[in-house]
Amino acid sequence: MLLLVAMALFALGLIGVIVRRNLLVMLMCMELMLNGVNLSLVTFAQQTGTTAGAVLVFLIFVVAAAEIAIAIPIVLVLVRQRRTLDADAYTDLHG
Amino acid sequence: MVLTLIVLLPLAGFFANGLLGDRLGKPFVTVVGCGLPIIAFVLAIKSFLVLLAGGGTPIVETVFTWARIGGQSFDIAFWFDRLSAVMVLIVTGVGSLIHIYSTGYMKQDKSYARFFAYLNLFLFFMLLLVLGRSLLVLFVGWEGVGLASYLLIGFWFEEADNARAGKKAFITNRIGDAGFLLGMFLLFWATGTLDMDRINAAFMSPKAPVVSASLVGILLFIGATGKSAQIPLHVWLPDAMAGPTPVSALIHAATMVTAGVYLVARMSGIYMHAEGASQVVAVIGVATALFAATIAVVQTDIKKVLAYSTISQLGLMFVALGVGAYSVAIFHVTTHAFFKACLFLGAGSVIHALSGEQDVRKMGGLARKIPVTFVTFVVATAAIAGIPPLAGFFSKDEILWFAFASERGGSLLLWAVASFAALLTSFYMFRLVWLTFLGKSRMTPEVEHHVHESPKSMTGVLAVLAALSAVGGFLSLPHFLEPMLPLPAVPEHLHPLETPLLIGSIVIAFAGLAGAAWFFGNGAVRAERMRQRFAGLHRVLAGKYFVDELYERLLGMPLCWISEHVFLRTGDRMLFDGTLHGLAGLARRTAGAFSRVQSGNLHLYALLVVAGIVAGLAWSFRFV
Repeated sequence: MLLLVAMALFALGLIGVIVRRNLLVMLMCMELMLNGVNLSLVTFAQQTGTTAGAVLVFLIFVVAAAEIAIAIPIVLVLVRQRRTLDADAYTDLHG
Repeated sequence: MVLTLIVLLPLAGFFANGLLGDRLGKPFVTVVGCGLPIIAFVLAIKSFLVLLAGGGTPIVETVFTWARIGGQSFDIAFWFDRLSAVMVLIVTGVGSLIHIYSTGYMKQDKSYARFFAYLNLFLFFMLLLVLGRSLLVLFVGWEGVGLASYLLIGFWFEEADNARAGKKAFITNRIGDAGFLLGMFLLFWATGTLDMDRINAAFMSPKAPVVSASLVGILLFIGATGKSAQIPLHVWLPDAMAGPTPVSALIHAATMVTAGVYLVARMSGIYMHAEGASQVVAVIGVATALFAATIAVVQTDIKKVLAYSTISQLGLMFVALGVGAYSVAIFHVTTHAFFKACLFLGAGSVIHALSGEQDVRKMGGLARKIPVTFVTFVVATAAIAGIPPLAGFFSKDEILWFAFASERGGSLLLWAVASFAALLTSFYMFRLVWLTFLGKSRMTPEVEHHVHESPKSMTGVLAVLAALSAVGGFLSLPHFLEPMLPLPAVPEHLHPLETPLLIGSIVIAFAGLAGAAWFFGNGAVRAERMRQRFAGLHRVLAGKYFVDELYERLLGMPLCWISEHVFLRTGDRMLFDGTLHGLAGLARRTAGAFSRVQSGNLHLYALLVVAGIVAGLAWSFRFV
């Protein structure tokens, strides 16, 4: 059951990243995907009775925090330049 | 160790002059460049005395083993017997003299050190050639002298013609070397050794090797025709006169071009059993002698006359080899080294005096102005013409005698043609004397004003060589070489003819002198009349029978066509370049297609990543 919720979270996030054009929303959707993965890891850890999954969750927390700490300033800088959050406005960067 | 030292001294000179010469200045170059060959000459005399004291037993020195393959070892070994002794003494002796002469002749040249480095390099390879015991060492020397010759012909390489002459000499020699190599392979296959004394012994033993001696003989002779400028590979020698005159004297008259004669004499064990090959040698020799002599009659460049004369004299040497008189050929090599070196150096002195003029039509009347050059030149001319009792008379007379009387291929026809060549020799040489030194001056006033006798370093050498040309005939080398190279037998009934033929030789020599005097004395009016009468013949001779043009049509142009059309256009441009350009174009187009994906659209990227993950998962779950 929890696995299904995790899959749903991940799928929602994925679809959000693909279809939404707002940069901030895309970042939030990515967080959603990461949390989906976290949920599945916790579930597996519980089912198998090992701690490896739980440890990985903390690793992902750290990575996600670091990632968002870099991503938000980048978005801020971009927005200051163009006054828009639309991802399509930045295609000329060829990122 | 002495033999090794003789060989290595000039090499040391090459390195010293080549690496340090420019920095340490001309005195250093002179001392090293001339000193080391002179020391080598002294050592050669010492070895020669040891050889004499030992009654002619060869001195052998093995320096080191080059390679060991299976049961065979290939040694760098030096072999000093009567034949090598004669050659080494000529090479170092005449070589040293010409080095000394060069100090005067090349004094003003900016590449003084380079010149002496090359000359020393040449001496090193030449000594390797004549001292090597095995054909392999001889071959290294053989190629090496070719290299030195190439470097020295193109010494003044700023002019394209000189560089071209060097290339021509090198490439023509390669053709001969192909024959030489094949002969070597055959010999090794048949006898299992490359040591020349062993090969000769194998052919002399009753159980002869299972190979046709004539085939080997002809292959080796092909090599000799290249190096010694015999028909059909003679074309490089006249062009080789582009080099400095001392080079022409040393390499293209006295030593290197006689390497072919030395090779055949050295391998006499094979040629004694190769009647067919010997006949080929004699016929090619006599044809070359006549052919080159006729060309020499009409040449107007003083060095070209001497070049064709050299070819002609080499032809006579091969006649002697062809009829089995090997020692007589070596005798002529020796006397020829003396008088032809003297002639070339004399010509160099003339050119020096006239500030570079080589055309005899613009000379004349030089006898009074450069008397030492004149006297020595006349002595050497008389020697080559065969006027008794000078050196050329003895050796040439012996060649003519054996061409007539030898049991091994001598014949009246051979004698007649060779004698006619000798007559022409005498004629064109005295023609040269008349045009250059006698008669009225045809020089331009400013050239005439500068005419001066050469410095002592040059005239001194000329005097020594002239003296050797005068008395060299009394050396009786054939007698000295007889234990090694016996003279061919002469049929009993021909013996009484020896004296009449001797007188015939003298008459021929003087007839040439008289002919030249008649045609070219008195302002050369008669010669001019003859020239107009036989204009067609003169054109053919002046054009050197158009052999160069024939080769150009026959070989040069087809090769150029094949290179241009087959190799360049079809092979290089279409096949190789086409393939590579095609592949490069394919890569560029593919990259162009892929680069379109990088649009900058984040959503597309995310979609592609997902698609990739899905595809990867689908692939990894395909068996589930």
